[in-house]
Parts: sequence; C-alpha cells; structure tokens
Amino acid sequence: MSRSATASLTALHGVSAASGLTTTPADVVTGRVLPVHAELAGLLPWGGLRRGSTVSVRGSTSLLLALLAVATAEGSWAAVVGLPSLGVLAAAELGVAVHRLALVPRPGAELVGVVGALLDGVDLVVVAVPEHSQQPHGQRSHSRSSRPQVITADVARRLSARARQRRSVLIPLGPWPGADLEVSCSAGQWRGLGHGHGLLRERDVVVSTRGRGAAARPVRLDLRLPTEGGSVRLTQEPVPQSLIPDTLGIPDALSTADALDTAGSRGNTTGSPGAFNTAGTPKRGDLHLA
Amino acid sequence: MPGEPSDRTPPAQTLVVWCPDWPVVAAAAEAGLPPQIPVAVLAANRVIACSAVARAEGVARDMSKRPAQARCPELVVFEDDQGRDARLFEPVAAAVEDLAPGIEVYRPGVVAVPARGPAGYFGGAEAAAERLVDHVAAAAGVECQVGVAGGLFAATLAAHRGLVVPDGDTAAFLAPLGIGELDQPAERRGKGRTELVDLLRRLGLRTLGAFAAVPERDVASRFGGPAVLAHRLARGLEERPPARRRPPADLAVTEELDPPIERVDTAAFAARALAERLHEKLAGRGLACTRLAIHARTERGEELCRVWRCAEPLTPAGLADRVRWQLDGWLTGRGLRRTAGPSAGLTLLRLDPEEVVDATALQLGLWAGAGQDQGENAERAGRVLVRVQGMLGPEAVVTPVLGGGRGPADRVRLVPWGDERSPGTDPELPWPGRLPPPFPATVPDEPIPVQVFDEEGTEVGVTGRHRLTAEPYRVAVDGRPPRRVRGWAGPWTADEQWWEPAKARRRARIQVVLAGEPGKTEETALLLVREGGRWTVEGEYD
Repeated sequence: MSRSATASLTALHGVSAASGLTTTPADVVTGRVLPVHAELAGLLPWGGLRRGSTVSVRGSTSLLLALLAVATAEGSWAAVVGLPSLGVLAAAELGVAVHRLALVPRPGAELVGVVGALLDGVDLVVVAVPEHSQQPHGQRSHSRSSRPQVITADVARRLSARARQRRSVLIPLGPWPGADLEVSCSAGQWRGLGHGHGLLRERDVVVSTRGRGAAARPVRLDLRLPTEGGSVRLTQEPVPQSLIPDTLGIPDALSTADALDTAGSRGNTTGSPGAFNTAGTPKRGDLHLA
Repeated sequence: MPGEPSDRTPPAQTLVVWCPDWPVVAAAAEAGLPPQIPVAVLAANRVIACSAVARAEGVARDMSKRPAQARCPELVVFEDDQGRDARLFEPVAAAVEDLAPGIEVYRPGVVAVPARGPAGYFGGAEAAAERLVDHVAAAAGVECQVGVAGGLFAATLAAHRGLVVPDGDTAAFLAPLGIGELDQPAERRGKGRTELVDLLRRLGLRTLGAFAAVPERDVASRFGGPAVLAHRLARGLEERPPARRRPPADLAVTEELDPPIERVDTAAFAARALAERLHEKLAGRGLACTRLAIHARTERGEELCRVWRCAEPLTPAGLADRVRWQLDGWLTGRGLRRTAGPSAGLTLLRLDPEEVVDATALQLGLWAGAGQDQGENAERAGRVLVRVQGMLGPEAVVTPVLGGGRGPADRVRLVPWGDERSPGTDPELPWPGRLPPPFPATVPDEPIPVQVFDEEGTEVGVTGRHRLTAEPYRVAVDGRPPRRVRGWAGPWTADEQWWEPAKARRRARIQVVLAGEPGKTEETALLLVREGGRWTVEGEYD
C-alpha cells in the first residue's frame, strides 16, 4: 500500500476512530491495560490506561475522575496525593468506587517519597503537581518546610520510571515532563442554567491528547462531561488532529508514519472495502482502494 | 493445689466488681451530666443501657428511640462508643488494683480478681467486698457492686445481686435463677444465645438448675456446640474446660517506641500494627488469644500493665481495639477523677497472650461486602498506605465515606486509613434542600471569599424569605477582576438544626456560570454559598 494511500485513509473520519483496535482486547483481559469508559478509550492509544505509563491530565478534575472510574469499579485501587479539594461526591457520581480510593491530601515536603511508596502497591496514583513546579532547577529550596515539595524534571522522570518498573499508572494532574501522554481538557459551554432558573446539567468539552511513542498521533474528542446521568458521552465521532488546522506542531511526516503503522497492523480491515462504507465516506475510500 | 484441674472441678472463687449501667455512667460523666437527668445509650437505634432514673420512667433495654423518648421526654440519648467506655473505666480498674492485685478487665464495667487474695488479707470475702466498694467510690467516684462466687459467670451474677456465695455453693446459687440470665450482653455476640434461651424457655427449662440437670451429652447432640458452653455456665463451671493451652513463652510481641508516644492517635496506630503482629504470630501456630496482657513502659521507667479477658477468642480487630482502649485510658488519664496514668510518653509496648485457645473458633467472613475487599489488590494497597502513614502520621492517609447531607462537603466523611468506615450521617434520610447532581469536582478545603454584585455594583444578598435581593451580574472570586455572569440559579436554602442554637446554620446556595476571563472563552461554573452575610465558593464544576 502506498504511503499516500494510507495518509488519505487516516484522513477519513471513521478510520482513526478504529485506532482503538490496535490494542488487542487480550491486553485488557490479561490486565496489562486498566479499563476506562468506552467513550474515553479512543483518547488513549492503548484503549485504556496501560500499566507502567504516565498519563498527565490538564484542565479538568472531572476528566481525571472519569478516567479513574471503570478501573476502580473493577477492583483496582487508586490514591490521590496533594489534592485536598477533591470533590469525592463528584467522583462517586462519575463512577469511581470511593471505597477503593485513598487520599493523601497534604504530603507536604514528603511528596516525592509518598508518591514513590504508593506506586509500589496502588494501581492508579494521581498526584496534583504543585503550582510552582515549573521553576528552573536552581530555585529549589533545600529547607524541608511543610510547603509542597517542588517536582523538578528529573524527579518527574524518576517517578515515571518507578511507575514503569512497578507496573502502576502515574496520573499527574498538571504539566509533567516525560509523560507518555498528555490529555488536556478545555472547558466549553454549560447547559441547563438560565437567568434565575434551571440547574447546571451538562457541559460540552473538547479533549485533546498529545504524547510520544504509540501516543504520538494527536486525538481530539468532543465530549459531554458531565452528562445528565453523571457520566461522560461522545458528542461527535472523533476527529484526527490532522484535519484540524490548529495542530499542536507535530510535523505531518510523523503523523503519516504513525498512520502507516496503524494501517499496516490492520491489514485485514483494509482488505475489505466494506469496512469503509461504515466509516462514513465511502466515495474516497473506494477511490483509493480501487 | 492437688494435681491438674479436671473438667469437673468447680472453678476457683472469683470476685467481680461490677459497675451498673456502665455505658450510661461513662457517657454522662464525659458529658458532665448530673445523675438526676435520665440518660440512655443506644446502639443501632436500640437502648442498650439506661440510667436508674430513666428506668423508673419506663425506659427499658431493647426499646427503640422513639418509644423511649415518648415515655421519658427529657431523656438524653448517647450513641454507643466502646472507646469511651474503656477510656473512662481505666481509673476504676486502677482503684480496684490498689486493693487487689492480678485484676482482669472482662469488659468495661466488669473487673474480675481471684477472690482468695483479698479475702485472706481483709479477713473474709464480705469485708473485702465492703472495702472495694468504698475505695472505688472514693478513688474513682463511681458506684459499684461486688460479688463473689465460683467462676466468672456466677460471680458476675452474684455481683448483680451484691452477694457473696460461699465456696462450693455456686451450683446451688445458680439453680433457682431464671434461664434468661444466660443471655448477658457480653455473651450475646452473634452466637445465637438469645435464640437458645428462648428455645429452652419454650421447652419448659425455666431455670438454670433445670437446664443444668439435662445431661451434657443430650445438650451436645440436640443443641450443638454453643449450647454446651451455656450448659457449662449453668452448672457453675467455667465456660471453657480448663484445658486451655499454656502459651509458649515467645509469643509476646514487643515494640520499642521511638520517639515516645504521647498522643492518642499515634498510640492507636502503633496499637494496630502491634496487634496485627501478635495475631500473625498466633495464627502461625493455629492459636487465638482469650486473655491479653498489655504492658507499657514510660520514659521515666514506670511499668504499666493491664490484663484484658474475653469470652470469645479475639480477632485482629478485637485485639487492636483493646490495645487502643487501654492506651487511650492511660494517655488521656481523664477518667472520672485523675488517677494513675503515665507521667511521660510511652517508650515500650508489649502484648503478651496469657491464655490461648485453638484458632478454629475464629472464622473469617465468607462474603466480602463493598468496602471490605480482601483480595490481593486490597492487601497490597493496604500495605503501602500503612507505610505512607508511617511517613506522615496516621491522620495523613484518609479514605472517604459518603453519608447524608445537603452540601457537597457535608456528605463526605474522611476516615483515617484503617479506622472503621462508618458514615457520619445517615444517607437514607431525605435531607430537604439537598443539592442535586452534578456535583462539583473541586470542593475547596478552605472557603474562598467571593463577591457577588448586581448591575449597579452593589452586593447581592439573600432576604429572610429566601430570595436574592437582586440578580447577580458580576462575580469577583478571591479579589480577582470581576467576571460577567452568564447564567445563575437559586437560591437553595437550608435552615439546618435550628432547634440546637449551637449547631444551627442557615445557608443559601446559588449556582453561577461565569464568562471566561478576558481573552478566554472558557466558562467557569461555581457553587456559591452565603452564610453569615458572606459569600464563599463551595465548589467548582471543573
């Protein structure tokens, strides 16, 4: 198959939606990947939270909780470090099994040690990145005060390596150097509230990812979070980032190469034109396959 | 003593000091209530103990709360708290120990001593009993009754009646008593004792003597193991045959405490770890503990020791509870009167199982319900969480329990890891004025001040009729530049506990959606609450 053919294939709507299939379900079954909401699986290149990875979440606590929900409900434990303001009720509403949730609200100067220890035994470790972590290296103070410990780039890499070694998932809330995947949420419009009447009901958000390795290809999803039932729902089919003008600066060649891999591993799917008929734009698909 | 005691040897004379209605006495003492106020202690909405005044008004055990209050409207009720009972009992135990060495705490409210020592010293069991009653009243400020008979069960019944039963008359003392005496609160836990008593009564065995006359073989074959124990009690024997094993010497577990423990919560943490070690050691040999000695040493070299005894073999949680209660009692020393307590922090803790039985009596729960995971995951997580507690202190690792309430913060109770996960408030109640979902994902732990302005720039308030004084137009969070209000709803008002002035709260909540900060399109949805004339952010939907 020619390179141009795959490039245009991935430009089709349904094709990238199917990219979740690159993770064999066996990974989920054997426990190498912790399950997430089906609606969020498309965000993650592994179809779930792969053990040993670091997935940073930015911009929304609800999104973080939604990512934890299914894994905790199916028996994994989660710990949240350094987030005294976590809304536990919202967590329960989004499906997190709160009896498997441990909170360390104020780790203070022991932040790194606590996260390291938790990675040994807890499947999902959320750490709220303290606000001043983005300082240059030299500014770290040596006093062991009760102020939150600053996480420098090398400490971050060390914790990520620990997660990899211990086969836990590290989920920083905030920027994290060396994250395998960064999931950002930009808040959109709320529905349900009028002027003096109504009730907050649901919100449209746009979630986009960028990362390295298997996660290099950016994905952008339009989600409704929370929805009326207290969950998360897709509002549109996922859109590959290359169709959106404002990309995150990943060169086209990279996404094409990655797309090649993706298409190659799905050889049998590309073999049947019928697969593309379901994918939304039969004309172009037929054209290139012919 | 001539040889090994056989199965039929009547047990040694035991002296029991019994404080009537102890849970009530402890609760009233802690709350500082005078004795003429009727008091009851409830567990699971049933009266488990009430004061004499309340009893005179018609309150009785097993009554539920409403009927009890209907009979005695000025009744003060307390929740059952075994920790409180044990903590306040320590001075009483210490007072008994002043006169009689070798005491064993059977449960808070009941102390047992071998009767031979004090009876010999004071010149007779009656004289010893009299001295004990006087001394406990003087030293601990508590009324108690003393009974002497063969074995703990008979001695407890004798204490209820304030009797001294001469050696050898125990069976005769028990025989005319009603069969219902077998159903003592301490014996009752989940072994079907209540049902057994009911069955025996319907079979026409109305006294302990009638039950004792049934051959043991028949009891065993018809009613099973637990009934055999009850039968032994009715005959005036010890509940278990005296063939308990002498524990091997090296079963005690010791913990050096560095730095010394002075606070109750750190003590509880140490107690749990030590109790678990002891239990593992015992379980490794197929044993369980029925009598536990807790030793402690203080920085100044004082040695403290107390023996706890239990009818049932102790589970790990039961062991930890007793150690925690005891340390609590020693450390707070705030009994009814200040008595013997350590003058400095504890540096050493030792648990010594003085009497053990086969562990077959200990049965783990078959089903693990929600919140009681027993799988490998839970065990791994539990280990690291305890490690983190070791780094930061026991209060630093918490797990949330959801209860009832109105606001998002009211409904969550954070329980230190390892403590009992009971909700603070009943989630089943209707909670009028409760906030509907969705719930805010961020609930600030410290209130963030916020100002709400109307179109003219004056602050918006809430009237006594639960209405806003004007439409919110701009909102300034924490001193930042004001942002336009895109939408708002409310107020939801809650007038909480207005019947109790100290706890009464009046709050009004509104939801607002704010337009993005200049240059951004992102909307922010907030839950604002007004209390005491000030608005604060109670939650952010982010």
